[in-house]
Amino acid sequence: MGDVILDARGARAWLELLAGTLSEHAGELTALDAAIGDADHGSNMDRGFKAVRQKALNQDGADPAAIFKQTGMALISTVGGAGGPLYGTFFLRMAQAAPGKEQLTVEDLRDMLKAGLEGVVQRGKASPGEKTMVDALGPAVEALDAAIAAGKGGEEALQEAADAAERGARATIPMVARKGRASYLGERSAGHQDPGATSSALLVRTLAQSVG
Amino acid sequence: MSVALVLVSHSARLAEGTRDLAEQVAQGAVPIRAVGGAEDGSLGTNAFAILEAIESLDTAGGVLLLVDLGSAVLSAETALEQLAPEKRERVRLADAPFVEGAVAAAVEASVGSELEAVLATAEAARGQGKLG
Repeated sequence: MGDVILDARGARAWLELLAGTLSEHAGELTALDAAIGDADHGSNMDRGFKAVRQKALNQDGADPAAIFKQTGMALISTVGGAGGPLYGTFFLRMAQAAPGKEQLTVEDLRDMLKAGLEGVVQRGKASPGEKTMVDALGPAVEALDAAIAAGKGGEEALQEAADAAERGARATIPMVARKGRASYLGERSAGHQDPGATSSALLVRTLAQSVG
Repeated sequence: MSVALVLVSHSARLAEGTRDLAEQVAQGAVPIRAVGGAEDGSLGTNAFAILEAIESLDTAGGVLLLVDLGSAVLSAETALEQLAPEKRERVRLADAPFVEGAVAAAVEASVGSELEAVLATAEAARGQGKLG
């Protein structure tokens, strides 16, 4: 197993960075959602992560899984849109993959992200190519797996995962939505980047910036 | 013990209005809960509010959930996952139109039908044309 790259302090730092980043990008995410959905993804995620700051990040002594569990619970009750149950499930499943572990290696993070992705797939019943969060998170997990298999260090492996998530999010532009409010648009949903895939790419990028 | 209904909408007013319509046909014979809106009152759904509504009901007769749009389904499924297994098996999520399904389910439940029959009636509402 590799070196420790994330502990409770790192997990809090990641979620703080993600909360700030989502707040900065709230207008952009909402604009993407306005094009193909119900124009609330940015404000929903911003509201959800403000609740995460209040409910999950002010507890001392928690291990990363406990922090992720609190994060998931806060998102489920406050986001309001599909992002609530989807990101909520993502963080709850991450928590279940390494319960009680205080020091996470890159392999632990890979297992947690994989479990989170599986939760999103199960909850949203989405397959790759349907213009959803899965199109960013799926490539990220694959890239992380490949980088670990190639013997790369944790920080580099997560950078590659973040790059893959961003490429995946951009690749949703020509896709036709099959899930959610955007699916009502049918072919007209093509030409716009998916807001959920975009926020997922921010999630992986901020994680890559927080490890080490 | 009648089947109980939980009506889940993105809008508290839509949930409450639909409950009013369903109560009009159920005439007090069916426990009906309305759950709508995000935690801060804006449009949205909240899995924990749905969970609370289910847990506030006596589930012995069964509980049928009706939901409006996309993320209401995800929130309802998230709530179901949090229920204790013995309660979970007495709860069904209807694949039905929200208003018509709620009214049809209320009628079926009010005459004392079992959970599966109430579910089937709610789901059959999808095929009933409005224009005859």
